[in-house]
Amino acid sequence: MNYFFYTYFVFQSTLTMTEKDYLQDLTEIKSIMNKSTRFISLSGMSGILAGVYALIGAWVGNMLINSYQNGDSNFAYLPINFFEYILVGVAALVLILSICTAYLFTLKKAKKNNEKVWTSVSKRMLRSFIVPLITGGLLCIVLYQYNLIGLIAPFTLIFYGLACINASKYTMGDIYYLGISNIIIGLISTQFIGYGLYFWALGFGVLHIIYGFLMYTKYDK
Amino acid sequence: MKDILKNINKAFDNRIRLGIMSALMVNEFLDFNSLKEILGVTDGNLASHIKALEKVEYIKIEKQFIGKKPNTKYSITKLGTLEFKKHIAALEKLIHKS
Repeated sequence: MNYFFYTYFVFQSTLTMTEKDYLQDLTEIKSIMNKSTRFISLSGMSGILAGVYALIGAWVGNMLINSYQNGDSNFAYLPINFFEYILVGVAALVLILSICTAYLFTLKKAKKNNEKVWTSVSKRMLRSFIVPLITGGLLCIVLYQYNLIGLIAPFTLIFYGLACINASKYTMGDIYYLGISNIIIGLISTQFIGYGLYFWALGFGVLHIIYGFLMYTKYDK
Repeated sequence: MKDILKNINKAFDNRIRLGIMSALMVNEFLDFNSLKEILGVTDGNLASHIKALEKVEYIKIEKQFIGKKPNTKYSITKLGTLEFKKHIAALEKLIHKS
């Protein structure tokens, strides 16, 4: 009798052990598949901040343009070329601030999660993001060259959207939908030339804030 | 039960080997350092498990030079993909049985 119970217990415990093991095996497989193809450390907060920078930038740009057109400030006496440089400068400042913030927050989050920032996956993600972005940037310079200023805002939105979609293959999160939304807004804005700044504020500002907020509540909390 | 256990592959009876296969299933190829990074194991440990998987022809090794640096790429073979899928299906069945 004793012997029977003994063997029964041994059998029982090995069975449950292996079941647990198999389950752990599957979780491990899933986690490695995700970790090796997707970069998880994009921070939601950096999305929110990038959106806020973009909104502030758009507001400053709008103010500058208004005061330039009304001619009620010192700006009005600046030559148009110089004025355009100031606007480009504001946009560049927004871009640089956003990139720095994203990098810092990603670094912080990766440290917290004990992940490395520069892995082959994150490099691949960055590469797939940068190629459409630079293509779009160069194309915008060409638009400027041919004096098609009105198309610059739609093109930046569309190519940024394409960059997001391209990068979405290598990252967790819903950056894919951010890309699609930006492309749609960009395409719509081609029909409202002259309102580029508002579409910019919508695409780079509002959308980033929504996206960042969703990411923050979904992954960071 | 016996049928399921038949598909549980002894070659995958180890976390690191399972990890190598998982990573190679979803990546076209990976080099040694990326694999090491993903799995968080030591050089020697990884090398011996890679050798074991290569021996049964579940993964293949491709050596090349990038500039002057030797670079080794690992990728999964057709046989490896097939066996790994069978293994996962068996694992899932075992869990759903309980």
